[in-house]
Amino acid sequence: MSSDILVDIEDLHFNYDGRPVLQGINMKIPRGKVVAIMGGSGCGKTTLLRCIGGQLRPTGGRVRLEKHQVCEMSESELYRLRRKMGMLFQFGALFTDMNVFENVAFPIREHTDLGDEMIRDLVLMKLEAVGLRGAHRLMPAELSGGMARRVALARAVALDPMLVMYDEPFTGLDPIALGVIGQLIRKQNDALGATSIMVTHDIHESLLIVDYIYFMNGGRVVAEGTPDEIRASKDPLVHQFVYAEADGPVRFDYPAPPPAVEFLNRGAHA
Amino acid sequence: MNRSIIDLWVGFFVALGIAAVLFLALKVGNLSSGHLSETYVLQAKFDNIGGLKARGPVKSAGVLVGRIADIRFDPQTYEAVVTMNVDGRYRFPKDTFASIYTAGLLGEQYVGFDVGGDEKMLQPGDTIAKTQSAVVLEKLISQFLFSKAADGQDSK
Amino acid sequence: MPDPLSPFRKLGHATVERIWRLGFAARFLFAILMHSGSSFRRLHLTLREIYFSGVLSLLIILVSGLFVGLVLGLQGYETLQRYGSTEALGILVALSLTRELGPVVAGLLFASRAGSSVTAEIGLMKATEQLKAMDMMAVNPIARVVAPRFWGGVISMPLLAAMFSAMGVLGGWLIGVVFIGVDDGAFWSQMQAGVDFRYDIWNGIIKSIVFGFAVSLIAVFEGFDSVPTAEGVSRAITRTVVTSAMAILALDFILTSFMFRGTS
Repeated sequence: MSSDILVDIEDLHFNYDGRPVLQGINMKIPRGKVVAIMGGSGCGKTTLLRCIGGQLRPTGGRVRLEKHQVCEMSESELYRLRRKMGMLFQFGALFTDMNVFENVAFPIREHTDLGDEMIRDLVLMKLEAVGLRGAHRLMPAELSGGMARRVALARAVALDPMLVMYDEPFTGLDPIALGVIGQLIRKQNDALGATSIMVTHDIHESLLIVDYIYFMNGGRVVAEGTPDEIRASKDPLVHQFVYAEADGPVRFDYPAPPPAVEFLNRGAHA
Repeated sequence: MNRSIIDLWVGFFVALGIAAVLFLALKVGNLSSGHLSETYVLQAKFDNIGGLKARGPVKSAGVLVGRIADIRFDPQTYEAVVTMNVDGRYRFPKDTFASIYTAGLLGEQYVGFDVGGDEKMLQPGDTIAKTQSAVVLEKLISQFLFSKAADGQDSK
Repeated sequence: MPDPLSPFRKLGHATVERIWRLGFAARFLFAILMHSGSSFRRLHLTLREIYFSGVLSLLIILVSGLFVGLVLGLQGYETLQRYGSTEALGILVALSLTRELGPVVAGLLFASRAGSSVTAEIGLMKATEQLKAMDMMAVNPIARVVAPRFWGGVISMPLLAAMFSAMGVLGGWLIGVVFIGVDDGAFWSQMQAGVDFRYDIWNGIIKSIVFGFAVSLIAVFEGFDSVPTAEGVSRAITRTVVTSAMAILALDFILTSFMFRGTS
């Protein structure tokens, strides 16, 4: 049933300055689920997210969201589509010149004609859901990393989007804040009936809250499955990732010529 | 920051800016006094205009009555043709005398109107017939020296 | 092996880079103009930027204007008294300020006070992904962030330049008339006889409007085009101040040669 698939990615390619970042990604993201995209740093996860949101145009392949072909849409069509999307950026990306309340109110003010009373109720409701109603007067600079992330989450879901994307939601958080954000992502998704795509490299938190996991490496999907399947996976790469081993299929060393070549030929460099 | 406070400050700021422009226009510039809203054109021909410049003042009895619009050289008569914009409020008789004076000893040069007694008035576009050229300092000095020299010869 | 052609290659690269940036800036200006609708429909966005670039520059502009006027008064008096024409002090101060110093110095101050902070703000918004976040929320950052800052600067600059000139004239008056004792009537009447509104003051205002456009465009462009790191933003700020100063002085020369050519 294709109508159960909200986001359908087919053979997606993306080059950055001639360097291939995505090399043929295929993914199907079902409606109402929380899906994690995992992989080491620099494997193209964030690029993939940008392509789904239409902020980057892929060099090949297709992204279908509902019935829309994201890659072929014009600027104004994309803007109309993005009103139904929410995105949580890596460090929150709160507007530093506005307080917490105005940050959450921002998308509502920009896209609706609601009165001040109505906006106030909506914003406080969203903040209540992330437990920060009391902080609505604070400026972003006064928030801790975890609180800022929660405000950004409230802002991302302010317009009740059908698709929420999370770019590294756990980066730089202490274990408690990390758990809180994880629970909130799950809770928001289920309460809104939304679909969530989460790009992360925090395997343990993800395994607790997501429905399905894609593993990426070198611009390709190398493994996929439910959390249970991933835990049981024999794939050496997944194993390395899950058990955080320093060396394995993902190499510790940045590609370099053999040491002998470099050290012995030093004279030629100078 | 509170929106109404910003509105207030910006209002204050814009008012101050407009006040500054008005101050420049009325107090520093000539928009209040020398503002020539409606002007008509008069011409005058001079043998020598000295250091007269376009946009220089035109005065009558010491009062600014117009500005010099344009200075041309007439290749037929070998004279300088000075076109002036004169304040529409003032009319001058036909036999008005246009002279080139110097403000102070070394100041800027201007056209002065010495009014005659004719009944008929100059019409827009007319040319003033009677003119007196600029006093050129070198000529004045050499005349003075020549006459002194002549005096000296006489007394011998 | 050193490449003998590498200096030329570098020069060529730098030239192409410059021209590319110039073209990009022109397209950027076009985009700003296209997306200026909301700056005026939602006027409070622009008012807020007039507050930040105009009202907050008020103090430095007024104080600098006063001091420039004081110095012009002192130096002008020193020189004029040698020729016994100190009553021309008013016209000297007023013409210098309205034609040149007002727009130019106010423009330079505006670039370093307001232009740099606009670049810093937009650059940091870019570095912290705020612009991308806005774009993801289906809000065009050029319409929401860039255009109001651009127009705020364009509106503030001529007002600031006029205040600078007015303050300078008052400063010259303070030194000349109040402290030195030049005749008050002669000071003002000479000034009024010599300063033409349409010619001197109006041309000065046009200059300040042109400088306002140039500085505001440079400031928002450098911010938007900055490399999104701490170092990139600080370099963008430096570029804003340097490029603005060069642009103001070059434009001033061009405008002056057109406006005040061949007369008086």
